[in-house]
Amino acid sequence: MDNIQPAPQLIKTKEQLPGIQTWLPYQSTQACCEPVAHIRARDLSIMYANQLALQKVNLVINKGCITALVGPSGCGKTSFLMSINRLTDLIPRCTVTGQLQINEFDVLTPSTDLLHLRRQVGMIFQKPTLFPFSIKKNLELPIREHGQHARETWAALIERTLQQVGLWDEVKDRLDQPAQALSGGQQQRLCLARAMTLSPEILLLDEPCSALDPISSGIVEDLIVSLRGQYTVIIVTHNLAQARRIADDVAIFWAIDGIGQLIEHGPARTIFESPQHELTSAYITGARG
Amino acid sequence: MLTQTKNTEERVWTLMIWSSVGLISFGFLWILGDLLWHGWTQLSWNFLFSSPENSGREGGIGPILISTSLIIGVCMIIAWPIGLGTAIFLAEYTKDHHRFGRLIRGSLDVLAGVPSIVFGLFGNALFCQALGLGFSILSGGLTLACMVLPILIRTTEESFRAITSDQRLSAAALGFSRSTTIWCILLPAAMPGLLAGSILGLGRAMAETAALIFTSGYVGRMPESLLDSGRALSIHIYDLAMNVAGGNPNAYATAIVLVSLLIIINLVASWIADQWTTSNQLPNL
Ligand SMILES: Nc1ncnc2c1ncn2[C@@H]1O[C@H](COP(=O)(O)OP(=O)(O)O)[C@@H](O)[C@H]1O
Ligand SMILES: [Mg+2]
Repeated sequence: MDNIQPAPQLIKTKEQLPGIQTWLPYQSTQACCEPVAHIRARDLSIMYANQLALQKVNLVINKGCITALVGPSGCGKTSFLMSINRLTDLIPRCTVTGQLQINEFDVLTPSTDLLHLRRQVGMIFQKPTLFPFSIKKNLELPIREHGQHARETWAALIERTLQQVGLWDEVKDRLDQPAQALSGGQQQRLCLARAMTLSPEILLLDEPCSALDPISSGIVEDLIVSLRGQYTVIIVTHNLAQARRIADDVAIFWAIDGIGQLIEHGPARTIFESPQHELTSAYITGARG
Repeated sequence: MLTQTKNTEERVWTLMIWSSVGLISFGFLWILGDLLWHGWTQLSWNFLFSSPENSGREGGIGPILISTSLIIGVCMIIAWPIGLGTAIFLAEYTKDHHRFGRLIRGSLDVLAGVPSIVFGLFGNALFCQALGLGFSILSGGLTLACMVLPILIRTTEESFRAITSDQRLSAAALGFSRSTTIWCILLPAAMPGLLAGSILGLGRAMAETAALIFTSGYVGRMPESLLDSGRALSIHIYDLAMNVAGGNPNAYATAIVLVSLLIIINLVASWIADQWTTSNQLPNL
């Protein structure tokens, strides 16, 4: 992870897929690349029963960049993430309207192949959610489910993925031990590895560090930074300092009269140095939120 | 004094709790002791394996053990898959407040409380007569299956519902199909509950008399097929105690065997559930 070199190409193509290690970490300490739209939300609204949770979000998320969603609790950040991989379908009486595109592909059409979509879009939750099995089985289950790799290559894929999240040296001797015996930070990295076994294009991270101690949190944060360029990362965080450190783009959500809205978005530097919206400036100076 | 009254109150409570515990243990030990006292002298390996003679006053319970195992076997082989399937349907495929699910759940709760003699009459009418299976081990097993299904389904359903929603969400987020989620993620997590439900059902089936009188019958011979009539342990006890003068010692001995079997089954099941839980590191179970 530490030999940072410029990546020749931002987006992995199918031909590059077989060896994960061929994708080099993209070098960027500030705003990323010339922006290529990856995810486009147009007038995206989310309702729970008859209660509007998120109103008319228009947002473009750039390929290979880290986009941070920030804002106080209850303003619809999680709901927004879950609409991207259509986990909202699992919530009874939740409806998503508007348009949501990944590349040119329309996510919200009923005919979307959800299993395929969710293979392209990995998600990590606030609390590490490992299955009650061994470390190895946790990683094997998704690989087997999507059946894209011959069984002989699984071990190598698992090793590569664990190395990518910097967990290989810590767990290589205990792959058969229960995953839930790992520390919180290790569990969160294992969750990330588990999502990465499917080689997704997009990673949705819902407050991945907020349940971790500062040291584990730092390790996970470094890991997320190392994903820049290989994945399109959307991270929800309450930690503005973290957003400032890692994000290329920032989107500020706010609940106005109980309804979540996107009040401002743009490159991280612009948002943090010259916010346009008064709520944003109050929020980032710590006066509100 | 405040502390004084508190102390007295505390003492009264402690006394009440301990006396109820004592009463329960005493009752249980008394039953066991009574059984052992009256039946111990009859017990031997020979008793377990030989056939009953002289209407059961002499000889053993070999064929009866076999019939009992067959009846229970039929019951479990039928009840398990149906129970599991229904439980999964109720827990995973019906919404909480869905009318159909509520209807099924309500019916099951009523069925679980129906006296077993009613199941016996129903089994006799359906399996023995309408389906022409006669008084047979098969009829008895099927009737018992109907009887234990409500318990099995409800406990299994509850153990599925007890699994936290993050497991389902993270499985869905990985693009797992519903069947993978159920078989590979939820079922292993629900296993201890499923075992507990099976044991409850099994215990109820083993102890059953009324439902079997009308379905698997009284015949104490060694069964040759599932279509033969076969006498279950509980029926043997009932018959010896009520209808056979001088049958009491063997009735007691049979009761010892039945109670021991129930205890063994319970121990084995909790051991398996323990193993399962520790080896899988399940949360909240
Ligand atoms: N499953 C749900 N059912 C009903 N309302 C929900 C559900 N999940 C979230 N909400 C509501 O939607 C709004 C946005 O929630 P959420 O997306 O979790 O916000 P955030 O992640 O920014 O804290 C909240 O007002 C919340 O009450
Ligand atoms: Mg949230």
